[in-house]
Amino acid sequence: MSLILLIPLLPLAVFVLIALAGRRHFPSLCGGLGTLALLVSFGLSAYVAYDYFFVAGKVNGAYQAIIPYKLQWLSFAPGLSIDLGLMLDPISVMMLVIVTLVSLMVHTYSLGYMKGEKRYATYYSFLALFTFSMLGLVLSANIFQMYVFWELVGVSSFLLIGFYFDKPSAVAAAKKAFIVTRFADLGFLIGILVLSWYSGSLDFPTLIHRLSTPGTELHNITAASFLGISALTWGLALVFIGGAGKSAMFPLHIWLPDAMEGPTPVSALIHAATMVVAGVFLVARLFPVYSVSDQAMGIVTWVGAFSSFFAAIIACTQTDIKRVLAYSTMSQIGYMMFSLGVSRYGGEHGLGYMASMFHLFTHAMFKALLFLGAGAVIHYVHSNEMGDMGGLRKHMPVTHITFLVACLAIAGIPPFAGFFSKEEILKAAYHASMPVYIMAVLTAAITAFYMFRLYFNIFWNKEFHGHGHDAHHGEAPASMKLPLLILGLCALFAGFVPFGNFVTSDGHPLAMEFDPLFSVTPVLLALAGILVARSLYYRQSQRPDRIAMSVKGLYQAAYHRFFIDEIYLFITKKVIFNLIGRPAAWIDRNIVDGAVNMAATVTGKISMAIKGAQSGKLQQYAAWFFAAMVGSVLVFIYLWK
Amino acid sequence: MEMSDIIFYIIAFVIIAGGVLAVTSRKIFRSAVFLLISLLGIASLYFFIDFEFIAAVQIVVYVGGIVVLLIFSIFLTHGSGADMPRPAPLRMVFSLLSVALGYALAMLFIREEVFVPSTLPAASLEVSSIGAQMLSTTEHGFVLPFELVSMLLLASMIGCIVIAIKIKLPPHPIVNDADEDAADHSLNQPLQTN
Amino acid sequence: MGHIGLLHFLTISCALFFIGVYGFLTRRNLITMLMSIELILNSVNLNFVAFNKFLFPHKLDGLFFTLFIITIAAAEAAVAIAIIINLYRNFRSIDVEDADNLKY
Repeated sequence: MSLILLIPLLPLAVFVLIALAGRRHFPSLCGGLGTLALLVSFGLSAYVAYDYFFVAGKVNGAYQAIIPYKLQWLSFAPGLSIDLGLMLDPISVMMLVIVTLVSLMVHTYSLGYMKGEKRYATYYSFLALFTFSMLGLVLSANIFQMYVFWELVGVSSFLLIGFYFDKPSAVAAAKKAFIVTRFADLGFLIGILVLSWYSGSLDFPTLIHRLSTPGTELHNITAASFLGISALTWGLALVFIGGAGKSAMFPLHIWLPDAMEGPTPVSALIHAATMVVAGVFLVARLFPVYSVSDQAMGIVTWVGAFSSFFAAIIACTQTDIKRVLAYSTMSQIGYMMFSLGVSRYGGEHGLGYMASMFHLFTHAMFKALLFLGAGAVIHYVHSNEMGDMGGLRKHMPVTHITFLVACLAIAGIPPFAGFFSKEEILKAAYHASMPVYIMAVLTAAITAFYMFRLYFNIFWNKEFHGHGHDAHHGEAPASMKLPLLILGLCALFAGFVPFGNFVTSDGHPLAMEFDPLFSVTPVLLALAGILVARSLYYRQSQRPDRIAMSVKGLYQAAYHRFFIDEIYLFITKKVIFNLIGRPAAWIDRNIVDGAVNMAATVTGKISMAIKGAQSGKLQQYAAWFFAAMVGSVLVFIYLWK
Repeated sequence: MEMSDIIFYIIAFVIIAGGVLAVTSRKIFRSAVFLLISLLGIASLYFFIDFEFIAAVQIVVYVGGIVVLLIFSIFLTHGSGADMPRPAPLRMVFSLLSVALGYALAMLFIREEVFVPSTLPAASLEVSSIGAQMLSTTEHGFVLPFELVSMLLLASMIGCIVIAIKIKLPPHPIVNDADEDAADHSLNQPLQTN
Repeated sequence: MGHIGLLHFLTISCALFFIGVYGFLTRRNLITMLMSIELILNSVNLNFVAFNKFLFPHKLDGLFFTLFIITIAAAEAAVAIAIIINLYRNFRSIDVEDADNLKY
């Protein structure tokens, strides 16, 4: 059981070791050290998963939440305390495996990608810190502890996005990411307070139990209402705002494309596979409580569905390959969100939950693969723009094949991994809400289109004339190719995992049925999307530009990301700065500083006024002396009784 | 009005007049001399009361020591020639006022008291008995203040010498003829920094 | 002794005291200030002697006090003169208004 503690503590130990000693004394070994630690962590996670799912987890046929460790940390009142604890339940074990696997792949990949980097050791220390934070987040037994790790993850993300801190754009992107997520976390905190106030506890099992099963707490929280909406919905909606910020849902998505300023392995780890799914994880964790409130679920569904559609449209017009992948991430997370939203707790109703988690699992694999492949391409071409690439299939065969596998997976083509998870999502949406289903299917088609647009533009289209990364260097070192291959295999075979046996909303296994008739529509639409992309981008041609001209307004809007950034900038500059910032600054300068300055000025003036007493004139002193003497005589004779 | 009263009033007049002139005179020497006269007046007042020993000490120490010392210091500070400047009129007026006020106050307090002269027999005012009491260690002895005062006198003597001493510069060190011509003899030049 | 009582002596000593204070506050020359201080000390001596004579004739405490005051006054005058001479050497003036280096 103590092995579970080692899983997050090993990366923490690596972080401390590298930060304190490694940077100065053994910088070149830090990469290997980090990778080794992650290898051990992954092995332990796999063992824990095996143990939990196959040996020890089931009680009465359902997977239970196990809490191996718990210690009291802050005690506010006899019944209310913040404890630190580890909790194992199906989704946290699944996340353990995902996080450690992807982190291991990224560590290995970075051995080659970041070789020769001046701050190599610092990079690995940040990676270790991030891994520790993410593992802590998924293992948290207590919502406040999760909040602590939530913030830690945000900090690690900030450090890693702003890794190249001499680039102003990277610094700005790091700030943007941190500020937007921090702003969302305000909602998260208020939501935590609301939920824990009514349930009287901060521990997940207790909180969830009290707020989902009929009883006094549930009654109180649903009876209390504010502006016509029950306190439960408020709490859940606020918590969802926090999740939406971290998962880059509309309208808090603005930080994700800019976060691509960080090194590509970082993008693979944080902004594709692990941190951005934290919001989904949060909703999944509180799922029994969410399923009580239909309004909250409605919010989750529509935000998710809209985000996925919105992002898909924007991704069709972007030319920076990492931005395309960022928007694709946003779109896929939208899938996960609305899949949770249309689902309910228990048995058959929990199909969406299972589908969402399954998609999380497969998405982590192929998205990380896509990013790492993009990293290899960028490493080779020294540019992010699609216009500088083309015809790379001859130069980079391994990357080409694995990238193709990942694109097929994300497009939902059988038998790749994405097909199975997307099917379940579409099935859940179909049974719950037709508009959402239609939106989802359209988005799937558009996804296939833009992913293959990306694929063709990189590997086909035109011939590569650039200088390329030196001939003797070849495509990429083994340390970069190995993760690509491993993840490629995962993207191929992860779909065959009988996920419904392991992760479901209530712990009981849920059979996953394969319905060919149902799957025909999405697969055909995806193939259509691929064919359209092929016709436009397989060879260099004027057709894409002509199509763009014909829908000029829409194209321009999508290219400029629907001007959301500009709107935010306008709001912050004109509204917040002018209406709030300027008066606050004025108050600070004139009133607060003024009070302090006034104290100083008054002291100075008093001092100027009484300095005459120190005139150096002996007779003046004598005169005062004499006067005081006479005065004392008067006092002592007449007034002292 | 008896003779002794008249004599007392004359002496009192001398004392007061001497004091007033001492503090208002413009020439410093005259001020010193008026002080001398006032002190002599006080000594005669001591004689009047039959405290001959104190009167003698007053004349010897105050008149013969301190006033002479003052006159020496007037010489040493070259102030004896010109007239001293008048103090500012405002200051004079205010000082006068405050002093007058203080005097009136003090007299008020004194006049309220009823002093009953004692009828006890007078102690012996012989020099020998004064001396014996000064050096006695019994209850009314003053040997401790005596010793302390002697130490004080020693300390003040040393202090005066130290404060007022003039330190002469050390003589030139002996140098060779060759260096003698090149050496700089003046000791008041600043250090050469090249 | 006649009609001369303690009150007469006290009057003289009081007047002398305040004359000395006036001189101290008014005079600009350091040496004349010293003279005023001597006047003050003398007034105190007179006070002690008068009290001794009229109220406590069987004891000699006032006399001894006066003796010690005279001694100490001598010592103090000597030190004061030394300081004045030192001041004169450094500042070339014994005007008390010129010795204001300790001002703000």
